[in-house]
Amino acid sequence: MLFNSEIFQITALSLQVSTIATGISLLIGLPFGTWLALGDFRGRSFLLSIINTGMALPPVVVGLVVTMMLWRSGPLGNLRLIYTPAAIIIAQTIIAVPVVTGLTAAAIESLDPRLTQQLLGLGASRLQMVWYVWREARLPLLAALMAGFGAVISEVGASMMVGGNIKGQTRVLTTAIVLETSKGEFDAALALSALLLVLTYLINLALTWIQQKSRKREEPSAWKSR
Amino acid sequence: MDTAKEPKKRGAVSVEEPLIEIRDLLMRRSGRDVLQVDALNLRRGEILAVVGPNGGGKSTLLLALAHLLRPARGVIRFEGKPLEDWNALEYRRRISFVFQSPLLLDMTVEQNVELGLRFRGIPKEERRARVHPWLKALGIESLAQRRAAQLSGGEAQRVSLARAFVLDPELLLLDEPFAALDPPTRARLLEDMSQILKADHKTAVFVTHNLDEAAKLSHRVAVVAEGRFQQAGTAHEIKTHPAGKAVQVFLKELSQ
Repeated sequence: MLFNSEIFQITALSLQVSTIATGISLLIGLPFGTWLALGDFRGRSFLLSIINTGMALPPVVVGLVVTMMLWRSGPLGNLRLIYTPAAIIIAQTIIAVPVVTGLTAAAIESLDPRLTQQLLGLGASRLQMVWYVWREARLPLLAALMAGFGAVISEVGASMMVGGNIKGQTRVLTTAIVLETSKGEFDAALALSALLLVLTYLINLALTWIQQKSRKREEPSAWKSR
Repeated sequence: MDTAKEPKKRGAVSVEEPLIEIRDLLMRRSGRDVLQVDALNLRRGEILAVVGPNGGGKSTLLLALAHLLRPARGVIRFEGKPLEDWNALEYRRRISFVFQSPLLLDMTVEQNVELGLRFRGIPKEERRARVHPWLKALGIESLAQRRAAQLSGGEAQRVSLARAFVLDPELLLLDEPFAALDPPTRARLLEDMSQILKADHKTAVFVTHNLDEAAKLSHRVAVVAEGRFQQAGTAHEIKTHPAGKAVQVFLKELSQ
């Protein structure tokens, strides 16, 4: 049976690990996706196709590769990260980066291609240009963030393999659900599943709310016009 | 518009020196030669209309002048100095570009118009003070707080023009700014633009495929067709003495 304090700890770790992984993947994926979308260089389409394939990267494959890297005899074994929350963050980041990168590139490519030339033609520096491009694409960029978070919070294969599902240390909601189910403790598994769903829902609700709020301002407001 | 301003220091530069000189220019896009200009000058205060059939290389010329496309060969000089020797940002902050579609950002009309000033780090009070007269001059004062997405095509194009004019650019590049508008809106905006450009002694390059529009707005007309600068002169000269087959074909298409 699970105790309340244990459930709280598992939930907190899930949120912490997935939020950090999403944050890191945003730091990598947003600039990378922007570069892919705006760049004009040889091999761009090839890179984009790799990223798009990466969006469907199976978590167990990522788990396997990260485990091999972090295994005590592996190339990064000295870091002693295997079966720690940090290992889960690494694996989840690898899963989320292609998602955030690919959707960022798609978001920016959906803008009018002449927008960047217009911004530069009005005297924007490169950085100012990128900032206003992000501003214009903020709604689909938020969707990229939501998709990245959704991919990692619900992922189980990689967390199980690199984290080891150690009680009190690396057990997260999804791995706990797998364990409870395998023990036949369906009530506990169901309760944890409900918790996972509610959490995911609340976070997406918050982001959707932000998205809708900025969308509402675009609608014609008849009462404002003179 | 600028009458209250102190005399411009631009006058101090030799009057004879052209603002823009194009020599032996070849522009290539995706491996194809799209524009050749052997020689073309632009004086300060001159408005040059560039006319020609679609796909003839007119827009490429503007992009090259804006330092947004690099020539495959040849040189464009601004104040006697080749564009590649200018710091791209510094150069682009002395000019301004208006595209065929307004390309407004998702913000209010006022915020859109002050965008270029914001890029240049101009403080808020000064931005407001400079934006207001241009909103008025283009008749969009009452729309200042409206979101860009709520504007009609004509209104949006006025915002786009105000956004360029407010920068008081030394060179204004206009790529068919009226092409997407219905005829009455187009005529009104053309009238307003013509007054502003001439009253303000702007130097401008204005792309169009309408020769009457070109005649109305410009001092001189340049014909670009079949990827080549063909001829420059007044609209009348071009109509009466077309310099080659490509110009004749273009004139013939216009009259049909």
